[in-house]
Amino acid sequence: MSNLAWIFVSTLLVNNFTLVMFLGLCSFFGVTAKIETAWRLGLANTFVLIITAVSAWILNTYVLTHTPYLRTIAFIVVIASAVQIVEMAVKKYLPVLFRQLGIYLPLITTNCAILGLALFQTSRHYTLVEGLVFALGAGFGLTLALSLLASIRERMEVADVPVVARRMGLVLVAASCLSLAFMGFAGMGSQ
Amino acid sequence: MTTTIAPTPLGPVVTPGIPIPQGPPSPQPEFIPGAPPPATLLADAWRGIAAENPVLVQMLGMCPTMAVTNVLANGIAMGLATTFVLVGSGLCVSLLRKYIAHEVRITSYILIIATFVTLADLLLAASFPEISKALGPFIPLIVANCLLLGRAEAFAAKVKPVRAVADGMGMGLGFTLSLSAMSAIRELLGRGSLLGFDILGPRWEPWVFMVLPAGGFFTLGLLLITAAWIDELRRKRRMVVVK
Repeated sequence: MSNLAWIFVSTLLVNNFTLVMFLGLCSFFGVTAKIETAWRLGLANTFVLIITAVSAWILNTYVLTHTPYLRTIAFIVVIASAVQIVEMAVKKYLPVLFRQLGIYLPLITTNCAILGLALFQTSRHYTLVEGLVFALGAGFGLTLALSLLASIRERMEVADVPVVARRMGLVLVAASCLSLAFMGFAGMGSQ
Repeated sequence: MTTTIAPTPLGPVVTPGIPIPQGPPSPQPEFIPGAPPPATLLADAWRGIAAENPVLVQMLGMCPTMAVTNVLANGIAMGLATTFVLVGSGLCVSLLRKYIAHEVRITSYILIIATFVTLADLLLAASFPEISKALGPFIPLIVANCLLLGRAEAFAAKVKPVRAVADGMGMGLGFTLSLSAMSAIRELLGRGSLLGFDILGPRWEPWVFMVLPAGGFFTLGLLLITAAWIDELRRKRRMVVVK
């Protein structure tokens, strides 16, 4: 049990997917202009991460044991189709949620956090339950990072910034400070 | 070498009462919506290096840009692997552009890209096992690099194979150059060395910050601010000349 708790905390804070492992940076810089879209995308990502964890486990256990060289292709195809199926199901049964997520649901396919989760899960030989906890921690970690950067950016909109730093430059420096703050959690791993 | 755009005729002048002779249809160039304007191969390649640099201008493919650039050798290897995938997938997508149905194009592009990524992964693991181990899961993660899907969808699917290869070369080279610049700065300041050779001597106190993840964000932020600053200086100088 403590192992599961450790996996959760470690992926949420110590090895945060976005700020420390650099996964899913496109959405990290692309959709963090507003805090509402940021946390919604984070939750949508969490949902897809959980589905990915289950499908990666099924693939690793039953399909890819004899053909490891097909791993990348199999993962990406399964993830793309899983996202498509989820999109159709949500559209049919939860139309309100579908309207709120909008374009972000299909865009998740090309988010490297999703494929990264599947690959790390494979290289660390996680069981199904461990994989699910890993996905949950990663998803909440993404949501946390996205919301934090979005709130900083909302404040920076009204600040008086030098002309040369108006665009992405300052956002990157802010992200650097956030990442540095998350390095403070690194000490938790040594115990 | 310049390409001249032929003036497009606006159709025959219709005079009332006289029937227009219906000749055999003249071979017209196929119209593809959103196709890039015609350009020389050199211009196609140069665009990726300068005006549309994937990292510094388009901000695409950020994950490998940050994650593997703490050492120069890793940055160069990552850039070259991505170039290989860009050129290969661009060529394949362009060759197959008339056979891929519009509805399944994204899935097909991803499959083509994934094939080349697997090739690059296995080649790298066979010839440079140390670099392959250092890059770890970031080589298979090239599949999820938005730069590849972006070029396949926006460029390679709409032009002839030669142009797609030129564009892939340019984009790949631009990507490699930006990655090398970033990793050179980070390795020099963070370890005092370049490509493993000691440059700054034993008295140099390494900036640990630069090899940490935070240093990646910081270096790219500084590069972007510098680029914006140079742009600003150039603009001011042009204003003075105009006056």
